[in-house]
Amino acid sequence: MVQASSNRPLSPHLQIWRWGPAMLVSILHRVTGNALAFAGLGLLLWWIGAIAAGESSYQVFIAYVWTGTASSLSVLTSILGKVALIGLTWAFFQHLATGLRHLVLDIGAGYELDANARWSTLTIVFSVCATALVWAYLLLSH
Amino acid sequence: MGNGTSIGRVRGLGSSHHGTHHWLATRLTGVGNLVLIPYLVISLMLLNSYDYASVHAWLAQPVPATAMVLILLNTVYHARLGVQVMLEDYVHGEGGRVATWLLINIVPAAATVFGVVCIVRIALGGA
Repeated sequence: MVQASSNRPLSPHLQIWRWGPAMLVSILHRVTGNALAFAGLGLLLWWIGAIAAGESSYQVFIAYVWTGTASSLSVLTSILGKVALIGLTWAFFQHLATGLRHLVLDIGAGYELDANARWSTLTIVFSVCATALVWAYLLLSH
Repeated sequence: MGNGTSIGRVRGLGSSHHGTHHWLATRLTGVGNLVLIPYLVISLMLLNSYDYASVHAWLAQPVPATAMVLILLNTVYHARLGVQVMLEDYVHGEGGRVATWLLINIVPAAATVFGVVCIVRIALGGA
């Protein structure tokens, strides 16, 4: 675009700033949102499509994403599948918490340095705890 | 487009009268996700088994099928808006902008229609 061909100064990027909780969760909001958009909705569509296509398609989905019983390739992808499902659970809770943070910031609240850092940190505490609880329940009850 | 005056060069290039639509739509669909996705997560947690019969029987019911169609409309649109913002930040150049425009309009529409067709098939029988 215009910036690429002009000699106008560029604004400093990531490496110049001192890391803090607000900067971290702002970046995480974008990363988790895009992970959910591509990997999350991709997996959801595969899952729905497999259910709609019938039992044999559903078995293929389960084998490649979780059990790894279809082929030697599925052994590998089922490891990735477990990492993706647990990672996407965390991404969802993190994106939910930072999304709520954005709603609060939208009304003009929560910009005081202490409060901003505290609530930013708490979004990560929440997402890690919620992910642990969901998967503890899933693995212990099934 | 203009005759070379400074106002003429920018006229028609802005977001006139639509500047807040994208931002507001992101918030509205975000609040929708706040209800829909926890419903999906909790429903899946409460399923006794993840074999084909159990999952199909659950998704064939009216309320889960409705929720899933709403997820396909609301969440895919929310994702499309977010991915657009990300791509606008990182993709530069005229060709990249056209590719972005095609991607964020065609892929979410195709994904939504595919998903809704699947849910209709599951809910109304067939598979």
